Amino acid sequence: MTARRLGLGLLAAVPVAVVAVFFVLPVGAMLQRGVWPDGSFDPGAVLDVLRRPRTGRVLWFTVWTSTVATTAAVLLGVPAAYVLHRLRFPGRALVRTALLVPFVLPTVVVGLAVRELVSASGPLGFLDLDGTPVAILIGLVFFNVAVVVRTVGAAWEGLDRRPAEAGAALGATPAQVFRTVTLPALRPAIVSAASVVFLFCATAFGVVLVLGGVRYSSVETEIYLLTADLLDLPAAAALSLVQMLAVVALLVVVGRLRAVPDPTVRRVSASPARPRRRDLPAVAMTALTLGLVALPVLALLVGSVRREGRWTLDHYRALAGSADGLLQVSVTDALVASLRIAVDATWMSLALGLVVAFVVTRTVRTRAGKRARAVLDGFFMLPLGVSAVTLGFGFLIALDRPPLDLRVSPVLVPIAQALVALPLVVRTLVPVLAGIDDRQRQAAASLGAGPLRTLLTVDLAVVWRPLLAAAGFAFAVSLGEFGATSFIVRPAEPTLPVVIYRLLGHPGALNYGTAMAASVVLAAVTAGVILVVERLRVPGVGSW
Amino acid sequence: MVSLELEGVSVVFGGTAVVDHVDLVVADGDVLAVLGPSGCGKSTLLRAVAGLEPLAAGRMAWDGADLAGTPTHRRGFALMFQDGQLFDHLTVAGNVGYARRLQGASRTAVRAEVDELLELVGLGGHADRLPRTLSGGERQRVALARSLAARPRLLLLDEPLSALDAGLRGRLAADLRRILVESGTTALLVTHDQDEAFAVADRLAVMRGGRIVQEGPTGDVWAHPADADTALFLGYSRVLEGAAAATVLRHAGLPPGAGAVALRPSAVLAGPDLVDGIPAVVRGFRPTPDAGRLVVAVEGVGELDAVGAPGWVAEPGRPVVVRVERHAIAVLPGAATSPAGGAP
Repeated sequence: MTARRLGLGLLAAVPVAVVAVFFVLPVGAMLQRGVWPDGSFDPGAVLDVLRRPRTGRVLWFTVWTSTVATTAAVLLGVPAAYVLHRLRFPGRALVRTALLVPFVLPTVVVGLAVRELVSASGPLGFLDLDGTPVAILIGLVFFNVAVVVRTVGAAWEGLDRRPAEAGAALGATPAQVFRTVTLPALRPAIVSAASVVFLFCATAFGVVLVLGGVRYSSVETEIYLLTADLLDLPAAAALSLVQMLAVVALLVVVGRLRAVPDPTVRRVSASPARPRRRDLPAVAMTALTLGLVALPVLALLVGSVRREGRWTLDHYRALAGSADGLLQVSVTDALVASLRIAVDATWMSLALGLVVAFVVTRTVRTRAGKRARAVLDGFFMLPLGVSAVTLGFGFLIALDRPPLDLRVSPVLVPIAQALVALPLVVRTLVPVLAGIDDRQRQAAASLGAGPLRTLLTVDLAVVWRPLLAAAGFAFAVSLGEFGATSFIVRPAEPTLPVVIYRLLGHPGALNYGTAMAASVVLAAVTAGVILVVERLRVPGVGSW
Repeated sequence: MVSLELEGVSVVFGGTAVVDHVDLVVADGDVLAVLGPSGCGKSTLLRAVAGLEPLAAGRMAWDGADLAGTPTHRRGFALMFQDGQLFDHLTVAGNVGYARRLQGASRTAVRAEVDELLELVGLGGHADRLPRTLSGGERQRVALARSLAARPRLLLLDEPLSALDAGLRGRLAADLRRILVESGTTALLVTHDQDEAFAVADRLAVMRGGRIVQEGPTGDVWAHPADADTALFLGYSRVLEGAAAATVLRHAGLPPGAGAVALRPSAVLAGPDLVDGIPAVVRGFRPTPDAGRLVVAVEGVGELDAVGAPGWVAEPGRPVVVRVERHAIAVLPGAATSPAGGAP
C-alpha cells in the first residue's frame, strides 16, 4: 500500500514538475514584474493601472461582450443539442461534425472569416457591421456554440426518457415537462458549458485581435498590446493578475451553481426519436446555428479565390512565395513547421495528460489523499484560465537565463502549445478512466494479472479511442495556437497562424488574399483532423 | 360500467407486431392485471394505453370517447414505472405534489394532500427527504402516492413490485390492493409475477406473444387455465394428455374429460403411511423446510411431481404409494398444445 502510494506520488511528480517549470514559473515571473517592479513589493502600481480610464473600458468591454456572446451561444446551442442528440434524421452525423469544426479552427482563421463575412463585399456587407463589436460577437459565438452543443448534447443523450414520460402521464404538458423535469436534469451541463464558454470568450485572443483592431480591446488583447507594442510590463502584469483572479472567482461560483441536490446521474443511451411537428422551432434554431457556422467559412472560401471581382487562384499560388520578402519563409514552409511543431506538442500533451488523468482517477481512501487529488485536478486546469499571452511573455522573461535558457531552443513552442492543450486532453481522458469500474481491475488482479498487465487489459482496452481523440484535439489546438506562440516563435521559423497574422498586418490586396488562402489551408488541415476524431465516436468528446 | 376499451390494438416495432390485435375492457373501479412472461408485449401495451407508443392498428376509447388524438398529458392516466422514476431533483413532497402543482393548486392545499397521501402509503414524515435516500420499497410507495395524487381516471402500473425483494413484495402487494380499493381507483396492472397479479387484481388477462390468450376473474383463470402453456405459466408443473390424463382423472375420482390435465406440484401426495392409492417408484427426492419434494414414476402415467410428508426421507428406487388431490388439478378444454412435462 505504501509502495503504491509512493509510486503514485512519483508518477504525479513528473507532470507537476513540468507544469511548475513551464507554466507556474513563467506566469509567476510575469506577475512579479508587475507587483514587484523594482524588487520591492508595490501593489500601488497595479492599482494605478486599474484606475486608468482605458483599463475600465477594456474590462467593461470584456465583461459585456463575453456575457452577450455566452447568452447567444447557449440560446443557439441548447436547441441544436436537442436536435442533434435526441432526434434521428439523415445527415445527422455530418451536421454534428460541421458544428464541431469551429471549436478547433485557429482563432486567427475565425477572425479573418468573420471579417470577410461582414466586410463591404461580403454576404453580410449590407449590414455595415465591419469594425463594430457585433462582428466580434459573431466571431465569439461562432467559435463557442460547439462547446454548448457538445456538452449539453452529451448530457441530453444520456438522459433517461422515462422521468419525462412519468411527468407527461401525471398531466404535464410538453413545455411543463421541459421546465420541471428536463431542464433541472440538464442544468449542470448548461451551467458548465456556459461557464467554459464565458471563460473562452473572456480570454479570446485571435478573434478579438483580428476583428477589434485598436478600437476594441479585451483584457487579453490589451495584455498583448501592453507587452508587445507599449512595453508597459507593470500594466500588463496588473491586467493578468485581474484576469487570473476573475477566472478563479468564476470557477468557484460555477462550482457552487453546479451543485444540485443530487449530483449522481442515471445514464442510459436513449434511442433518438423521429422529429415531430412540435420539434419544428428547435430544428429551425439548429438551421440558423448551422448557417451562422457555415456562412463565415463560405465567405472565407469565396474570398480566397476572388480578386478584383474575378475568380483566380493567385492567392494559392502566392502560398509558395514569401510575400515579396515580407516573410522570411514561404507560407508552405510555415505550414510544414506548424505540422512538425504540432506533432511534438501532441505527444508532449498526451504523455502529460495521460499521467495526470491516470493519477487523478485512482481510488484513494484517505481524506488527505482525496484532497491532494482535488488540488492536482485543479492545478492541471490552470492553463485554461491563464491568458496564453501571459504564458508566452512569461516564457520570454523567465526562461532566458541558465540553467533554463530556452529562448532560442526549438522545444519552447511545442512545450507552450502542449500546456495550452493539456486541459483538453485531461478532460477527454478523465471521464473515460473514471468510468472504469475499479472491480474490473480487482477481477484482473485476482485472476493473477500484475499491475502492468491489469493496466494493459483493463485500462488500455477502454482508453485507446479517447486517447486517439485527445491526440486529434491536441494536434488541432497546437496547429491553431496563436497567443503564446506569437511571443516565443523564432522569427525565421514562424507557424502558419503567425504568418497569417503578419500578412494581415501589411497592406495590399494580395497579402490579404494570401492570408485568406493560408487560412483555408490551415482550416482544411484542422477540419480533416477533427473529421478523423469524430469517426472514433468517443462519447462526450469536447464536452466539459 | 365500462371505462377503458381496447379493440384490435396492435403496436409494431420494426415490422414485428409486439402487441397483436388485443381486445380488453376495464370496468369502472376494477383492477385488471395483464400477466405474461417477459417480452410478451405487456409493458408496450401499457405504454400504448398511456399514449407513449403509437398504435399500428385498432382503437382505444375511454367511456366511449376515442383516445386517438389525446396526448399523454391530457389522458388523465397516471403511469407508475417499474422503478418508480421519481424526480431525483425534487423532495418526496415535491414528487407527490407534482401533478397538483401543475393543476394550479395552492401550495398549502397541495401540502395537506401530500401529507394525507404519504400517510395512506405509510410514509408519514418522509415529506422532505430526497428520493435517493429512500429504500426501494419506500421509493415505490412514493411513486404510488405521486400517481394517486394526480387523481387519475385510470392508474397504470408497470410491474410495480418487481424491483423489490420477495418479503417486501408480499407486504406491499397487500398494501397496494387495500389502497386501490380504499381510493376506488380503476387500475391496469402488468406483471410477470402471478402472486402479484393474484394479490392485487380483480380480473386477470394472460398475455403471450403479443396476444391475450385468456381473460376473466382472477380465481376463475387460475382454476381453469385455457391451455397447457397458460397452465404452466400459472404455476402448474405438469400437463398430461390421453391415457395418462384419463388415469389421473380416474384416480382423482373425476369424470373422464376430452382434453389434457394440468397438475400443480401439490396435486400428488406421497408418504410412508399411505396404503390406499396408486403404486409408484421414487425417482428423485429433495428436502425443503416444509415438506419433501419428490419425483415419482407412476405406471401408465409417467413421471409426476409429488409432495412428501414432513420429515420423511424417500430414497430413490423405493416403491411408494401416492394419492391424487382433485383440488390441485385443472382439466384443460380441448387438446393440449404441447406434450407433457417441464417446469414453468
